[in-house]
Amino acid sequence: MASDMQTGGRLATAAPAAIELRGISKSFGPVQANRDIHLRVERGTIHGIIGENGAGKSTLMSILYGFYKPDSGEVLVNGRPLTITDSQTAIRAGIGMVFQHFKLVQNFTVLENIILGAEEGRLLRPSLSKARGVLKRLAQEYELNVDPDTRIEDLSVGHQQRVEILKALYRQADILILDEPTGVLTPAEADHLFRILEGLRAEGKTIILITHKLREIMEITDTVSVMRRGEMVASVRTGETSPEELAELMVGRKVLLNVQKAPARPAQPVLEIRNLRMVDDAGVERLRGIDLDIRAGEILGIAGVSGNGQTQLLEILGGYPPKGSTVSGEVRVNGGPLPLAGAACNAAERRRQGLGHIPEDRQAEGLIMDFAAWENVAFGYHDAPEYGRGPLMDRDAIRRDAEGKIARFDVRPPSCDLAARDFSGGNQQKIVVAREIERNPDLLLIGQPTRGVDIGAIEFIHKRIVELRDAGKAILLVSVELDEIMSLSDRIAVMFDGRIMGERLPNEATTGDLGLLMAGVDPATAPPDTMPPAHEHVEDLPREA
Amino acid sequence: MEKMPKWADVLLTPLISLVLAMAISALVILAIGESPVEALTTMIDGALGSSYGWGFTLYYATNFIFTGLAVMVAYHASLFNIGGEGQAAMGGLGVALVLLSVPLPHWALALPAGMAGAALFGAAWALIPAWLQAKRGSHIVITTIMFNFIAAAALNYILVNLMRPVGSMDPASARFPEATHLPKLSDMALAFGIEWGKNTPVNISFFVAIAACLLVWLLIWRSRLGFEIRAFGKSEPAALYAGINPVRITVIAMLISGGLAGMMAINNVMGEAERLVLNAVEGAGFIGIAVALMGRNHPLGVFLAALLFGFLYQGGGELALWTSIPRELIIVIQALVILFTGALDNMVRMPLERMFLAIRKRGA
Repeated sequence: MASDMQTGGRLATAAPAAIELRGISKSFGPVQANRDIHLRVERGTIHGIIGENGAGKSTLMSILYGFYKPDSGEVLVNGRPLTITDSQTAIRAGIGMVFQHFKLVQNFTVLENIILGAEEGRLLRPSLSKARGVLKRLAQEYELNVDPDTRIEDLSVGHQQRVEILKALYRQADILILDEPTGVLTPAEADHLFRILEGLRAEGKTIILITHKLREIMEITDTVSVMRRGEMVASVRTGETSPEELAELMVGRKVLLNVQKAPARPAQPVLEIRNLRMVDDAGVERLRGIDLDIRAGEILGIAGVSGNGQTQLLEILGGYPPKGSTVSGEVRVNGGPLPLAGAACNAAERRRQGLGHIPEDRQAEGLIMDFAAWENVAFGYHDAPEYGRGPLMDRDAIRRDAEGKIARFDVRPPSCDLAARDFSGGNQQKIVVAREIERNPDLLLIGQPTRGVDIGAIEFIHKRIVELRDAGKAILLVSVELDEIMSLSDRIAVMFDGRIMGERLPNEATTGDLGLLMAGVDPATAPPDTMPPAHEHVEDLPREA
Repeated sequence: MEKMPKWADVLLTPLISLVLAMAISALVILAIGESPVEALTTMIDGALGSSYGWGFTLYYATNFIFTGLAVMVAYHASLFNIGGEGQAAMGGLGVALVLLSVPLPHWALALPAGMAGAALFGAAWALIPAWLQAKRGSHIVITTIMFNFIAAAALNYILVNLMRPVGSMDPASARFPEATHLPKLSDMALAFGIEWGKNTPVNISFFVAIAACLLVWLLIWRSRLGFEIRAFGKSEPAALYAGINPVRITVIAMLISGGLAGMMAINNVMGEAERLVLNAVEGAGFIGIAVALMGRNHPLGVFLAALLFGFLYQGGGELALWTSIPRELIIVIQALVILFTGALDNMVRMPLERMFLAIRKRGA
């Protein structure tokens, strides 16, 4: 047929790209998520796609995987035009996707999850035994070891991700798309993932890596494309660019990647935590004797893989210990005891004691997504006398205050009446940060201040945090982003399994050193032979019962 | 960005749903061999065609305003109170106990006393499910519906064994004293020399219901407590983060909700029957759910939806009286309205949203 001949002709001149997009556009109502995107990903390469939140990366990949239909444009897979109507078409074309939020059945085993949707015949057994064989081979080839008979709920996050990759490979994916794969991993796990990806590339597979971490792009990709506001603004060889240039392309202006700050001048202690313990409703000890001090005018950063007790620590300090938990120990703020249980242990009382709190999950906790921006500015402080006397709220006073905060924190669009959910992640966070910082708290608790926040806003938020420190306030910063901890903190404490594994000063700490602490190993005390190989996972280490 | 203008959201959507429900009702009426046009004219004539019809329509609407507001307030705290039926029944007991035990010389005194009794008993009946929900996590849908049955059974016992006047065969309380009878709207109109709604039960409670709409609006959208109720209803983790006590909000919201449902008794028990009879609520507690749903959980919407359901109720009665369409059909029509405005809301909303987006795009 004529079209085939044409394709054949082109094949002779140059090898077709694994993926080629021509003029892809997609809009959701008035929002143009993708505008005339052209992209070429060569076979056997790792191609990075970076961009701020809302730049259109995920939309583009969803089009590739058949979740959305483009308004216009063409997709070519291995040189052939393909209309991808659903994920089945994508899978048949050899495209596999590893989502940021895994799509695994928690109480199924690894094997069951792998064949889910790829069962052959009515009986499961033949599929299962076939999958077992394939899995064994894949494990050897790519360092993708997972026990096929473990349930997903018993696996660590890093292992769950491996299952997702295995799922795609089992479906004979040739092109693997990974969406923010390292967001939930320790540095060691991320390294392991990169080794897996390099192995896959060596086998001729094509990998598209979506991320907002410049370091990863520089480390592993061959080529990189930058998206900004729905457009592909650049596609370059990774070797010929720099993080600074990529950041500038992403944001559209120069960005300071490192936080500029003067040395801290710590004064009197503001927060003193002694032997803080917490047992959750299932009887598991989640905090195992935390001792911490923070002085006025310093930022203490808590590093660690998420799920090692940081959330519980923030919730207890914030005045709302997890339901059914038992908390013991002693916490003092400005010398006065902080109640850890009972009616006086609530977030409103904490605010009166001079605590501010930027919570880890702004969408679930920090904001009411359906409330307008001005209502969210009052949220948590709605009892404040300046917001009205008596039982009624003074809407004008709150709006005036909100307008000021929105202007000072450059929230965009600068609208009081827009619901929180209609702001981008970065601007949502700015609303929370404005509300908490402008109350001028003696102690500010901060959880994941820049999670899902674009680079421009990160820079801004970091600056405000440092300003608060310089105003002589104490700051407790919890973040899973090691870069953020290293650049913001005056001291770093590493948390693992409900304990503080050790404290470091940022100028003498290395990523490797902190990574070991995050995995539960103290490099200072552990003899060399007990140190786990770097790719071993936290969960593989012996733990106390 | 708003997907469509507010007026379309609050007016157009329920209106289209209503038209769809009526279209299907018309098909059902056709199917049983009657004329839908005749049925509609009979309903409109009977409910709105005379001051007599209006008198009944407004009387029913008064009931539905109270129960609709009750569902609405709880809904804003993300609590689905389907115990309005039992709370309204208990409100009736409260009214009866107050009026039969305290000698009150004038209706102007009896009205606030009756309101207090009704609200107190209704709130008390909502308190136990609220407490169980807040402290034990027992789901409020289950407990409130069970409390409807307990209320019905308890009232049955109380009326038959305790409150029934000696020698009476009727499971009802004694009549309330003459001085406590509430003025009917027809009497009030007559005082201005207007003959309106003679022999209809609508009474001064209608104005209390309107005042309740205003107060509930003030509570939910203007007060600190309302702010906390709405915040808690949207997100419990966020409420905890903000220092809002979930137990306190659950209990307070349910007390207000139960109190409002109970207040219905000043209309049907105090204003109309003037004694406590069995099964006085007649399903108004459940209709309150539909009213709140259709009224988009806003007092103005509740008021309008209550009028609509008052019309359906009165018109349905007329339908049974003047045509051979059975009274049950009106339940079918009501069910269709509930189905379309509540359950199938998105069926109408989503095409509408798309339409408005397309219009806007063309305009831009």
